[in-house]
Amino acid sequence: MTSTMIEGSPVTAAASLEAVDVAAWFGSSLVIDNVNLRMQPATVTALIGPSGCGKSTFLRVLNRMHEAVPGAQMAGEVLLNGEDIYAPGHRVTSVRQRIGIVFQKPNPFPAMSIADNVTAGLVLTGTRISRHDRETLVEESLTRAGLWNEVKDRLETSGSALSGGQQQRLCIARALANKPDVLLMDEPCSALDPMSTRWIEDTIRELGKTMTIVIVTHNLAQAVRVSQWSAFFLAEPGEPGGIVEQGSTDQLFSAPQDPRTADYVSGGFG
Amino acid sequence: MSTSTPETLEPRQSRVSRQLDPGFERSDRIFHKASTLIGLSTLVLTGAIGLFLGEQSIPTLSHYGLAFFTGTQWQPEIDKIGIASVLVGTAEVAFVAVCVAFPLAIMFALFISDFAPRRIKSSLISAIDLMAAVPSIIYGLWGFFLLQPKAMDLSRWLSQHFGWFFLFHVDTDPNAAVWQQSRYTSSVFIVGLAVSMMAIPLACAVMRSVFDLTPLGEREAAMALGATRWGVVRTVVLPFAKGGIIGGTMLALGRALGETAAVLVIISPAYGINFHVLEAGGQTVSALIAGNFGNATKAQLSALLTAGFVLFLITLAVNYGAAIVIRRSRSGAATEI
Repeated sequence: MTSTMIEGSPVTAAASLEAVDVAAWFGSSLVIDNVNLRMQPATVTALIGPSGCGKSTFLRVLNRMHEAVPGAQMAGEVLLNGEDIYAPGHRVTSVRQRIGIVFQKPNPFPAMSIADNVTAGLVLTGTRISRHDRETLVEESLTRAGLWNEVKDRLETSGSALSGGQQQRLCIARALANKPDVLLMDEPCSALDPMSTRWIEDTIRELGKTMTIVIVTHNLAQAVRVSQWSAFFLAEPGEPGGIVEQGSTDQLFSAPQDPRTADYVSGGFG
Repeated sequence: MSTSTPETLEPRQSRVSRQLDPGFERSDRIFHKASTLIGLSTLVLTGAIGLFLGEQSIPTLSHYGLAFFTGTQWQPEIDKIGIASVLVGTAEVAFVAVCVAFPLAIMFALFISDFAPRRIKSSLISAIDLMAAVPSIIYGLWGFFLLQPKAMDLSRWLSQHFGWFFLFHVDTDPNAAVWQQSRYTSSVFIVGLAVSMMAIPLACAVMRSVFDLTPLGEREAAMALGATRWGVVRTVVLPFAKGGIIGGTMLALGRALGETAAVLVIISPAYGINFHVLEAGGQTVSALIAGNFGNATKAQLSALLTAGFVLFLITLAVNYGAAIVIRRSRSGAATEI
């Protein structure tokens, strides 16, 4: 895979994302509270922690997917390059365009071809593009997602005919084609086999050199392999979830400050 | 992983598979038998109706032969009977009803599934379901007394501006200062409007349930790419629900083909093939039967039942065709019709 960008899409300075005192509710139940996290530009930030501690909810707050759930609410601020994405005047559709997300379960559009899946974001946001630019974008996005060589001869076949790992990389390509400033990933490998997982981790490491990436993972080894910064989430019974400890991945895993973190990263629970 | 070599594979091919005991429990067996019985009884009932109608049709069909299908008049007094014009009338009413019901049903269904605020969603669903519970005679009276005076103006406007198109032509001067209102009353168009009110709730219920089944993952995928609500509907919901949309429409078509009471109230019976749907007069199979069986002789009754048999077969064909289309689509599993 190549790390050089194809002509026509100059490398822009990676964006920073910062959560300030974020809380989130489903109906009347508060699921996360007091979350403060700065996600550095061109860095992979891993969110780790046991199930049900609000990692995924927090991730969905970061690109306003949280509010798509009926009854969901949030408080606090999410700053993209210093600007609050929840401020009035920010359209939710353009926020989601700038902060892409890849879900746990691969979800390509089954009625569309591979190429159409990649450019679906353009169609959905009403962005017009010339045929030549479209072809370039399809190749560039699939290359960055590490899928180009496997599908370049069958771009017009259905995306649902691909294997699970390929579908997930197609979803990454689809998110990248929107040229987001930040890419969020919600346990992108949990439904995949080890070989596909390895492919996707390679992709994440490569993308992380130029992009701001936030990844939720249950796989501690994966957090070590792909991320430079880690945040440990935990929810005490009956309490909302929050960050117990954060730091560089090396430091968090080798010398955790909080005993609960130490317990978790050493495999004590979760 | 199998480690078998070609030598060990060879004898495998000659082996006989074992008979496995499915091991149904007693309660399973009882339930299995009972549900099979009930399932079969619906087939038997439908078959029996078909057989009865078919048997009743024999005298008529042997007497009139092919003329029964080509004749346009229904005059048993002079022994002239044919269902060509009645079949065309039935198709016209169903066509008008589906043309009106389809866009309204799909928009109601989309509004309920994707746009309506959650707190009014359930009241909207019950309101639509209530439409299905209103007796068809009520729709007939509503169509005759309330809708017709209003719809006549629409009929006239259509024939004034689109009269060059054969469906909208009315055989009178549409621009006359004092217009001949009676030429626009009791038309196939007005019947179709009333019938569409009964077809909408059926189509809407099927479509809505399929829209609600759209996989959340695909909806979220579109939303996460920056789609508007309409974008989600266009790229995810509608492609997924194709089977349900066709199924709902076919169900509406079946309802429209068979509707009786509302047609009987509104239409003024007229025979002869006439494609001018805005013009007064027409007839459908079911209204023909309902209007004539009371004072029919034995032979006339047989003729009416034969007409019913033909309608039965047409409806069967429509439903069967729809089932085939739906089974091939992704959402088909959820939309048995």
